[in-house]
Amino acid sequence: MGMKHLDEYRDPELARFLLEEIARKATRPWTIMEICGGQTHSIMRNGIDQLLPDTVELVHGPGCPVCVTPLETIDRALAIASIPGVIFTSFGDMLRVPGSRDDLFTVRSRGGDVRMVYSPLEALQLARLHPEREVVFFAVGFETTAPANAMAVRQAAREGIANFSVLCSQVMVPPAMRAILSSPDNRVQGFLAAGHVCAIMGWEEYEPVAEAFGVPIVPAGFEPVDLLDGILKVVGMLEKGCSGVLNAYGRVVSREGNREARKVMHSVFGVADRPWRGIGLMPASGLVLRREYARFDAERRFDVGHIAPRESPLCRSGEVLQGHLKPDACPAFGKECTPQTPLGATMVSSEGACAAYYRYHRNPDSL
Amino acid sequence: MCLAIPGKLLDITEENGLKMGTVDVNGSKTRACLEYVPDIVPGQYTIVHAGFALKIIDEEEAAESLKLWQELIGSGAFETGDELPSTDDL
Amino acid sequence: MTEPFACPLPLLRHETIQMAHGAGGRLSQELTRQVFMPHLGNAFLDLLDDQAKLTLPSGRAAFTTDTYVVSPCLFPGGTIGSLAVNGTVNDLAVGGARPLYLSAGFVLEEGFPIADLDRIVGSMAEAAGKAGVLIVTGDTKVVQKGFCDGIFINTSGIGVLRQEVELSCRNLQPGDRILLSGTAGDHGMSIMTAREGLSFQSGISSDCAPLNHMIEAMLDAVPGIHAMRDPTRGGVAAVLNELAASSSVGIDIEERSIPVRDEVRGACELLGIDPLHAANEGKLIAVVPDEAAREVLGIMHAFEEGRDAAIIGTVSVDHPGMVVMHTVFGSRRIVDLPAGEQLPRIC
Repeated sequence: MGMKHLDEYRDPELARFLLEEIARKATRPWTIMEICGGQTHSIMRNGIDQLLPDTVELVHGPGCPVCVTPLETIDRALAIASIPGVIFTSFGDMLRVPGSRDDLFTVRSRGGDVRMVYSPLEALQLARLHPEREVVFFAVGFETTAPANAMAVRQAAREGIANFSVLCSQVMVPPAMRAILSSPDNRVQGFLAAGHVCAIMGWEEYEPVAEAFGVPIVPAGFEPVDLLDGILKVVGMLEKGCSGVLNAYGRVVSREGNREARKVMHSVFGVADRPWRGIGLMPASGLVLRREYARFDAERRFDVGHIAPRESPLCRSGEVLQGHLKPDACPAFGKECTPQTPLGATMVSSEGACAAYYRYHRNPDSL
Repeated sequence: MCLAIPGKLLDITEENGLKMGTVDVNGSKTRACLEYVPDIVPGQYTIVHAGFALKIIDEEEAAESLKLWQELIGSGAFETGDELPSTDDL
Repeated sequence: MTEPFACPLPLLRHETIQMAHGAGGRLSQELTRQVFMPHLGNAFLDLLDDQAKLTLPSGRAAFTTDTYVVSPCLFPGGTIGSLAVNGTVNDLAVGGARPLYLSAGFVLEEGFPIADLDRIVGSMAEAAGKAGVLIVTGDTKVVQKGFCDGIFINTSGIGVLRQEVELSCRNLQPGDRILLSGTAGDHGMSIMTAREGLSFQSGISSDCAPLNHMIEAMLDAVPGIHAMRDPTRGGVAAVLNELAASSSVGIDIEERSIPVRDEVRGACELLGIDPLHAANEGKLIAVVPDEAAREVLGIMHAFEEGRDAAIIGTVSVDHPGMVVMHTVFGSRRIVDLPAGEQLPRIC
C-alpha cells in the first residue's frame, strides 16, 4: 500500500525528470532560499542538494519556530515550568531546546510537571481534567500552527477554562523575507515559500514582496518531487527575468488560503513587533494575544522576575538563518557545537539547518 | 517549520462543541480538529498539522499535475528542448 | 448478643497492590500464591527457596541483565512482562547463547491493579514458554504511591554459549552483508502512539518476540555469522553505528530495501520520527559473509519472526565508522545516532 498524496511525490523517475529539466534550464548560477526548515530537512534527508546542478545553490531560511524563538522566551518558559503547581505543556520540538542554563527536560528532572502534547487541544484537555492546576501551553509556530493555537485559546474562553494560558512565540514569514531581501549582504535571488504556511495564508501577501524586490516566489511542498518542481519553477522564472508568485503546491495551496483558519487566528492574535533569535527585532512579525484574550497570556499571569538571557558568543545561527553562512562554515560546527552540546537552537531543533547538516552531511568529503 | 501529512478522513464527531474527526494515515489513525475545513466529508483527504486539518486536498489539481508530468516524461519533451508549460505560463 | 472483641484482621482480598504485599508477610504470600505461582510455577520456583540451584551444561555461560520501565505497561502486542522475558532472552541469543534460566524482580507501586499484574505475569509465562526458558527465582518489592510508574521489572538471564560460534561487533569484514530480520520501528511506534493523552488510536502492534529459535537455526546453518545485535532503543540506526564504529568499517544501506510496516510508516510520517531511530523488541541485525547471506535470509524467512527479513546493506572499507544511506533518488546521506529520546514533533 502506498501513501496517497505522498508517495507520488517521492517517485525517483519523476525526480530525475525534474532534475534534468532544472539542469537544462539553469544556464547561469542561481541562489534560491527555501524558507521552511521542514523543507531544509527534506532536502538534506533526500540529498537533493547533491543532485542539483552546480548552477543551483540552495540556502536555508529562518522558517524554524524553534530556532527563532528568543532565548529570553525560552528562559521564561523554563521559569514558568518551574513554578510548583504548573503543568507546562509543549510540542516535543521545544523540550530539548536549551535556554541560558538548561532545558525543559532539566526542569522536569527537578520536579517540574512538563508534558509533551501533539495538539494544543490536548493541553486544553489537561486544563479541563486538572481544574486545580495551572496549565500553560508553549504556543510556538509560524502561520501554520497559529490557527491551532488560536483555537485552543478561543475554546478556553468559550468554556470559561480559567486555569489555561499560553506563552506565545509566534512569527510570520513575509517580514522575514523582506528583511532578508533588504540586507546589503543578501544573495537570495528567489524563494521557495513554505507550502504549509501558504495552505493557511495563500499567496496574496507574497505578491507585493515579489514585486517590490523583483524576485520569484514559489509556494512549494515538502516531498522531493514537490521541492524539485518548486526549484524548476524558480529557475525558469529567474532565467526569463520574471518576478511574481507561481504556485508549485496546487493540491494544498490556493491563492486565498484558508479563510476560516485566518479568521480565528486574527480574532485571537494581533500583529506585533517581535525579536527573532539570532536576527533581532522585526517590525510587525509576531502574533500576540489580543486584548480581549489577554487573560490567557502566561507572560502576564506568571511573574517570574527579570530574565537575563545569555547567548553563546560562538553561535552564529543568526547568519545561518538569513542565508549568509552555511552551517558547516561556522567555526564551532561539529566542534563546540553538536546536537549533544548545542550552542544555538539551529543545532538542536530537528529542522534547524545546523542539525540537518550535522545529521546528514557532517563529513561531506567522505560521501 | 510545519510538518503536515496527508490522510483520509474516516468520520466526523463533535467534542466540546468542536468538529472533530478521525484521520487515517496509512493505517495509523489520529484525531484531528476539523473546524478549519468545515466542508470536508468522510473519504476526502486532508493534511494534518498539530492535530488540526489545514486544508482539503484538491484531488483534481493533484491528478492534473501528475498527469502532466507523466505525459512530459512519456513524450520525452525534456530531451527535445521543448519548454515546460508549467514554468512558461507566466 | 455482643460480638466477641477482636482486632480487625487485615484484608486479604485486595484489588490493588498494598505496601504489605511487599513486606514478606501474609499478603506477600497471597500475592505469590494467587498471582505469581499459577502462571510461573515450575520445579525450581515451587520450592520457594531464596535461590535456585541449577546444573548448567559444560562450557562457557552467558549472563545478562536488563530492567524494564516501559510506559504504558500494557500495549498492543505485549506487556512489560513479555518485554522483560523476550528482551533478556534476545540479549543472550544474539551473543550466540542458548537461553536457559531467568530471574524476575518486580518493583510495584502501591495502588497498582492486581488484575493488570496478573495479566503481565501471565504474559511473562507465555513468553517464557515460547522461548523455552524457565523463570527460576524472583522477588517483589512495593514502593509508596508516586515512587515508581506502576510497575518496573528486572530480568537476568543465563545461557550456554555455542562452542563453534564467535559473534562480536568487532568482527565486521568489508563485503559482509547486513540482514535485518523484519520491519523497523514497530515497538517504538506502538509505545509512542499508545501513550495516554496523545491523539492517536493507531493500534500498532509491538514486535515483542523471542528470537532464540530463529537464531539457533541461523547459527546451525552458518556458524560463521560475524555479528548479531538486537536493535532495541536507538533503533536500527544506533546498532549500525555501533557496529561500524566497533569494527572501524563503513556500512552502506539501501533506503528502498528497509522493510517498514504501512501503519508504522504512517505514524512515523505524522510524528516526524525516522523508523530507523524507533525501537524494536523482536528484531535482529545479522552481519553475514556475502556468500552465506542468501542462505541465512532463507532460514529467517522460514520463521514467523523473520518472514519480512531483508538484506539492507553491505560493509565497506570506505567512510570507516559511518553509516551511509543510499536514497531512492541516487543521493547519499549519513545515518546518525538519534540525539536522545524520540519525540513527536510538529516542525
